[in-house]
Amino acid sequence: MTRKVAIAILGLVLAVFAGLSFYRSRHLREPVVLGPGISRVVKLGDYFAPIKGTVNDANVYIIEGKEPGGTILLLGGTHPEEPAGRLAAWIFAENASLARGRILVILSANRSATTVTRLGGAYPPDFTIPTAWGGQTFRMGDRWSNPLDQWPDPEVYLHYPTRQELAYVDIRNLNRAFPGRPNGTLTERTCFAITELIRREKVDIEIDFHEAELQYPVISTIVAHEKGADLAAAASMFISSVEGFSIGVENSPKALRGLSHREIGDATDAISLLLEAPEPFLDATRGRTNRELLLTGKDEFIVRAGKRGLLFEKIDGRGWPIDVRVGRHTSTVLQLLEIWSADHPDKAVAVSGVPRYGDVVEKGTGAFLKDPKAADPSKLAYE
Amino acid sequence: MDTIVTLLYYLLTAYIAVLLVRNFLKRKNWQEEVLYIIVLIPFVLRLLRLK
Repeated sequence: MTRKVAIAILGLVLAVFAGLSFYRSRHLREPVVLGPGISRVVKLGDYFAPIKGTVNDANVYIIEGKEPGGTILLLGGTHPEEPAGRLAAWIFAENASLARGRILVILSANRSATTVTRLGGAYPPDFTIPTAWGGQTFRMGDRWSNPLDQWPDPEVYLHYPTRQELAYVDIRNLNRAFPGRPNGTLTERTCFAITELIRREKVDIEIDFHEAELQYPVISTIVAHEKGADLAAAASMFISSVEGFSIGVENSPKALRGLSHREIGDATDAISLLLEAPEPFLDATRGRTNRELLLTGKDEFIVRAGKRGLLFEKIDGRGWPIDVRVGRHTSTVLQLLEIWSADHPDKAVAVSGVPRYGDVVEKGTGAFLKDPKAADPSKLAYE
Repeated sequence: MDTIVTLLYYLLTAYIAVLLVRNFLKRKNWQEEVLYIIVLIPFVLRLLRLK
């Protein structure tokens, strides 16, 4: 009996330590210092009441210029395990000022997915971006909504409304559930809320930030709905000639359903674009799955895979640091906005204060994150 | 409907957790006892909505 009690106590200790780690990770607060251009912060639930008060009732940061113009939506955190997307959106929220138009920013499009890590993936629970004031810690997140918020998965996932059969687990994947279903799962309702926001705010361009493994063919690219093909192609040419990096353009496939670049473009008047940056952390052939790999993008095994011709993007000993990935996203958005504004003067969006690729690579992402301890409490929000 | 299915899954989880505890109490071999306790942990964490 004594032995059984001792073993039960051992199990209890293990459960408490594991439980505390999971609890802290799920409830880590991420401060956002409202940038100079933010006029107000609303909730995703304001556009679709059934989302209100749920884990996915995300903050929507509204950056407004003095002059009217176009409206842009930036989606960060569709897949939170692709952190350059959230960080690029964060930089816009904390730094952007507008002379014309509006930018709506969502930092945690699938907030539920920010509260969990890949089951069996040995992901770190969080990561810290170094800053001059000490560093800011973010939740690591996963590709799929937390099973605590949506469980169980079905045997077969039929996308709504097309009824295309997708991988069962993708019923929790925000980027396989657009345009959303008002009476569906949490993930589908979240997609519906985002689609409603786009309709009601008359968004002109929606840009979804992502990262991809180097063994995935859709990488270092702008995936564009046909309505945005010309805009994406022009941005790709300008970026490749003036920004210091290359980015391609892919047409959004009509046969693959549920993705933001396809469904938002089809279901709303907005041009839908999706940006992909390289993230070696996601590659199946990676070595240790730790914070260092996440932030440096350096991995000898992926380099080896590249030497064997198994990758769709180059990699060497320099890896793919987070600053490079974040800078690619900020510069791509800035180029898209400049071209859009030149072509649509009545719907222009004139933005300043956001660093380009060269600035982010030179100074680091942390140089553009604001210190919440030094901020006016009325200018703080939490993700 | 989804809520009912989720509730049923939690009931299933609790049922399996009870079976694991019962088997743990019946075992005579310490290695099997440790095994049952380790297997039990994820069920407890799910019931407590921690993982």
